[in-house]
Amino acid sequence: MTLAELQAGFGRWLQTECPDAAMRLGGGSGLDVYLNNYRSQLVTALQSGFPQLQRWLGEAVFLAAAAQHIEASPPSAWTLDAYGADFPETIAALYPDDPECAELARIEWALAAAFTMPDAAPLAADSLSEVDWETARFAFVPSLALLQVTTNAAALWRSLAAEGLPPAAQHLPEPGVVLLWRDGFHPGFRSIERAEADALRQLRTGTGFGGLCAALAVAHGGRRGTEIAGGWLGGWLRDGLIAAIHQR
Amino acid sequence: MLPPHRFGLGLRKPHYAAILEGDVPVDFVEVISESFMVPGGRPSDILRRVRERHPVALHGVSMSIGSADGVDPDYLRRLRDLVDAIDPLFVSDHLCWTRFGGFQSHDLLPLPYTEEALHTVCNNVDAAQATIGRTMLIENPSSYVAFAGAEMTEWEFLDALCARTGCDLLLDVNNVFVSATNHGFDVHAYLAGVPAARVRQIHLAGHSRGETLLIDTHDQPVPDPVWSLYAEALAQVGAVATMIERDDAIPPLPELLAELDRARAIAALERAA
Repeated sequence: MTLAELQAGFGRWLQTECPDAAMRLGGGSGLDVYLNNYRSQLVTALQSGFPQLQRWLGEAVFLAAAAQHIEASPPSAWTLDAYGADFPETIAALYPDDPECAELARIEWALAAAFTMPDAAPLAADSLSEVDWETARFAFVPSLALLQVTTNAAALWRSLAAEGLPPAAQHLPEPGVVLLWRDGFHPGFRSIERAEADALRQLRTGTGFGGLCAALAVAHGGRRGTEIAGGWLGGWLRDGLIAAIHQR
Repeated sequence: MLPPHRFGLGLRKPHYAAILEGDVPVDFVEVISESFMVPGGRPSDILRRVRERHPVALHGVSMSIGSADGVDPDYLRRLRDLVDAIDPLFVSDHLCWTRFGGFQSHDLLPLPYTEEALHTVCNNVDAAQATIGRTMLIENPSSYVAFAGAEMTEWEFLDALCARTGCDLLLDVNNVFVSATNHGFDVHAYLAGVPAARVRQIHLAGHSRGETLLIDTHDQPVPDPVWSLYAEALAQVGAVATMIERDDAIPPLPELLAELDRARAIAALERAA
């Protein structure tokens, strides 16, 4: 048996617990030690990445979901921290009638991802006096992410994280958006309306702030459009979402 | 004058504050490389601040120097960036494989000790050392399976690896004990067989007893047989960096420092002998 054949067979043993693969490797109880290590590492990674989802589902249900995920989605990244990126999709498939579960998982994964995103200092307040808002284009902090939600998963997360009694899962009157970012070293989020999320997406893809104001003026009238844009901008600055403003 | 021994601890989350703020009596700390091969955030900040106070050894678990399909170049580039950023005391990983054909095991899997495997590991260590610009330390693993068709012992494999690649060794004394118990080889033959002059670092750890095998769990104090083997190893390798490696059931820092004091006492006795 070549080294490549041995490694392919060992991988098959870990992923399938196939007796034939074990026999080809020589059998013995040592193979069970590796199988146990492999599975327990992945379960621990999922538990570490999705603590509030585990609280929401309960440990037994969570572990059953984790076992299904491990069987369906073996790890492919060199870092264990990446294991779980597609766990929300497994949860969505397992619980199609309970969309808050997958949304809760997506929020947890986005928070974990923000934890090690590249650093970027938010714009200092005293650097705003010279800005020409008409030609301003924003560079946002790399940790900024937008998640669409249809349920109160954000409220569930906060309640579960505070170890409180979570509210009942509910559909939102209208689909909403969760805005996530890292404030210093602390990932966090707040809920925003879809219009603000659309504005952030446009600004991230190169639309200038003047262009956004003009579009809002058309939709809401000049004065109201400016109020809306100013309100959003104030929130982005307060939360430290803008890393730089370029003029062009 | 004899060169000094060094004594260090693994940097683990429960002890971050003490290591960052206190005057902890260690000569170096060791971190898991992959935990800090990240773009930014708190882990990068903690490592930068730790490095301001202590020399840091980088200990990897995912290089997979035994992979038949080579070492992941993206992994090596990220490790090189970390090496460049913190100027580590050592860069180490394990004599094992963790990846093949796009599958990652996230466990240290055993190699067959054959000429073919030796050729593969040498090529991979050469690639790693060329990319990171450092001499690697390769650690002997704990293992629970020995493959039929072995053409050499583990210590002969390590000796040849050092000779062919110029790498050095991280001798995990607990792993020697665990593997010797599991596979029935002689620990004294092992210590006599590894190239003593290439051992730059020693790991000390505890293990657990499974149904039929010893398991390298790193969740126990260093047991007496491992301390005895440590003394025997020191007699052969001389001045070396020794580290207590605890990854689970992590006790308060004073308990680990007490174990490190025991290592210091053994080293002092060995030096006086």
